[in-house]
Amino acid sequence: MIQDLVDSLLYQPNTQWVVLSTMLLGIASGVLGCFALLKKQSLIGDAVAHAALPGICIAYLLTGEKQLLVLLLGATATGLLATYLIQLITATTRIKKDAAICMVLSVFFGTGIVLLSRITQQAEGNKSGLDHFIFGQAAAMTRHDVYTMAGVAAGLIFISCLLFKEWKLLIFDTDFARNSGLPIGLLETLFSTLLVMTVVIGIQAVGVILMAALLIIPAISARFWTDRLGWMVVISGAIGAASGVAGALISTIRTGLATGPLIVVTAASFFAVSFIFGRKRSLVQKLTAHRIHTERVKEESV
Amino acid sequence: MTYEGWILLTACLVGISCGTVGCFLIIRRMTMLADAISHSVLLGIVLTFLIANSLDGMYMLIGAAVIGFVTTFAIQSLHQAGVQEDASIGIVFTTFFAIGVILLSLFAKDVHLDVEHALMGEIAFLPLNTHTLFGFEIPKATSMLLAITAFTLVVILLFYKELKITSFDAALALTLGLPVTLIHYLLMGLVSITAVGSFDAVGAILVVSMLVVPGVCAYLLTDRLSLMLLYSCIFGIASAVFGYYGAAWLDVSISGAMSTAGGILFLFTWIFSPRYGLLQRLTSAVST
Amino acid sequence: MHALEVKDLQVAYDKKAVLEHVNLTIPKGSLTAIVGPNGAGKSTLMKAILGMLKRSSGHISVLGKPYSPKNRNVGYVPQRGSVDWDFPTNSLDVILMGRYAHIGWFKRPSKQDVTLAKEALQKLGMEAYANRQIRQLSGGQQQRVFLARALVQDADVYLMDEPFVGVDAKTENAIIDLLRELQQKGKTVIVVHHDLQTVPEYFDHTLLLNRTVIANGPTELVFTKDLLQKTYGGALAFFTAPDDRISG
Repeated sequence: MIQDLVDSLLYQPNTQWVVLSTMLLGIASGVLGCFALLKKQSLIGDAVAHAALPGICIAYLLTGEKQLLVLLLGATATGLLATYLIQLITATTRIKKDAAICMVLSVFFGTGIVLLSRITQQAEGNKSGLDHFIFGQAAAMTRHDVYTMAGVAAGLIFISCLLFKEWKLLIFDTDFARNSGLPIGLLETLFSTLLVMTVVIGIQAVGVILMAALLIIPAISARFWTDRLGWMVVISGAIGAASGVAGALISTIRTGLATGPLIVVTAASFFAVSFIFGRKRSLVQKLTAHRIHTERVKEESV
Repeated sequence: MTYEGWILLTACLVGISCGTVGCFLIIRRMTMLADAISHSVLLGIVLTFLIANSLDGMYMLIGAAVIGFVTTFAIQSLHQAGVQEDASIGIVFTTFFAIGVILLSLFAKDVHLDVEHALMGEIAFLPLNTHTLFGFEIPKATSMLLAITAFTLVVILLFYKELKITSFDAALALTLGLPVTLIHYLLMGLVSITAVGSFDAVGAILVVSMLVVPGVCAYLLTDRLSLMLLYSCIFGIASAVFGYYGAAWLDVSISGAMSTAGGILFLFTWIFSPRYGLLQRLTSAVST
Repeated sequence: MHALEVKDLQVAYDKKAVLEHVNLTIPKGSLTAIVGPNGAGKSTLMKAILGMLKRSSGHISVLGKPYSPKNRNVGYVPQRGSVDWDFPTNSLDVILMGRYAHIGWFKRPSKQDVTLAKEALQKLGMEAYANRQIRQLSGGQQQRVFLARALVQDADVYLMDEPFVGVDAKTENAIIDLLRELQQKGKTVIVVHHDLQTVPEYFDHTLLLNRTVIANGPTELVFTKDLLQKTYGGALAFFTAPDDRISG
């Protein structure tokens, strides 16, 4: 029966668009997630996602309408503000990065909740489904939202491909990158901005609370299959895409189920498989190859 | 006691219990673990309900302690298996939270709990749900938080020395023969029960701000752990009180306002702290 | 024209001076050791020259022109501990990073770049490890990979931060052979070095540093007991080997 549902849904244009956009979103966050992971910035993505909520609410309060592009601009603004605040707090005080992230994340989210409750009370009828942004509701997206999201996601993927080599060097060895004449500051800023944008386009489908998972889980799963960044990015994008598609499909079949948690659970099962059976450093690999490897290294270092 | 009084008392208890536990998380650089546990607690509550078919306080505490342990253990295992630490945290809590949300929406009719409640708490309605304890009529959530706060304070007073030493220098603590891992799990246990106790009042995500923000403010004001604990409690209570009145004034979410109030308090501390404030930095930079 | 000229360089951490009034010139085509006790600011000097640290003051010129990474005439080998060894990359890939400045924006490495990288691997006896993830190399092998990366940068002046630390004898020989080869090609190589015993054998120019320049010149003039004593203070009392070498 579910099979029938899937088939019939696949022929509905609206569903197709939603699935396509979550797929592109999955690829974009899979790709940028790899860089974020290697840059040890995964949890900053979490803070950015939570911090997007007040931005969305402020944009809505200012304009009074639910125009996705405007809401996303608001989200980008507060998201960037959050990243900047985390850097500023760790740079000017002895507060460590983890506490700074946690604090910024929860305070911004709290402020978002305050604004959201204000909006809810202001106009009962025009509540506008802003609360969909908390857990994500792909099915609630309009055709226009879908175009916006797919377009931005495609742009993000394109830029990441262009800058692949430069970001790789930047993350692997910043000093060497600077010595090679790369504009470090510019590349860093560009990366933060793109990361924030990835999170921001994801929140309508995945929600602010779980968006970080889409950055982290595909990337770390891909790491268990390869030792090359190029492949890691490809595999991570694929896992992100598959999770996005699966989550969107299941949530359209069973209305009432939020998309975000479904996407995350799908991604998590990919992780479980990769963690156990992956080709590099997985549990199975470790059990079989550990002894051989240590002996090999010992011989060579002599 | 008045209706408002009960709410304020409950909020202050959240401030005290979270504030004290949070200090240790900050100096141990483990706030992210607390963030993870506070999210996982949702799954714990849902599972507890599905198994025990009750939302009674005792079951909840057991469920929370178990899920807190499982979360900590899962994160540690992934980390030891070669997954970098921030990623292991990110995987575990998002997955647990996602499962919790899915279960919740599948069994929403049976569980007396909805997702919004889970996120934001329902502190305004807490005084409605009372029971009689030693002849007093007291809101259930308040009595549970009283017990949790008392327990937390007792544990911290009893193991103050050990907690301090393991936080400051785990290697030294090991050579002294202290059970470092056990103390780690003890602390995570405290986080879990504090989180579940505060869950009703402030919800899953905002409990993080009560755990972290007061402690961070205190951290900018003093170099002594005992004073930090005291200041942190004061900041916790202040965020609760300011948050409550702010929310009443603007007619917005109370738990959100408590977290925002904490943020504003931090902003002031950050700028004006005599020891580590921004102004202090600026003036000392100018004078040299 | 000097390979490297530093004028009045000052560096401070948290208002505490780490390097003061550093003035120095390094002749073109030399193989120079920077020597000094722990905390003397050797790595700091190198990073300050390359603009990786903020300078309070100072002017750097390389081959007569103000230093800029864009000139691509300076190659750098950082200390070995400074990268993430779990990064998804292998030896060949790391070496190719040395070509990025030449390849330019957006483009992928060409066949010629790959050939150059493979040659560099071969020169350091590492051709069998081209596809090995970098964590799975021994310390000496890792060091050789980073040298190979500097090599393909095709720079005129090389700055290397402690390349001999923690390497096996085989790697040490491979490195010194390479440095001499670079010198023969007219390149200038400047190395932060910690092992006083090998200074006279390996380097023709020496810079003694302890928060400022103590001495700078040809090794046979600079590497004397008096000057070393001045550089290391009491710490040298336990160390007699260089004296023996000089007299012998």
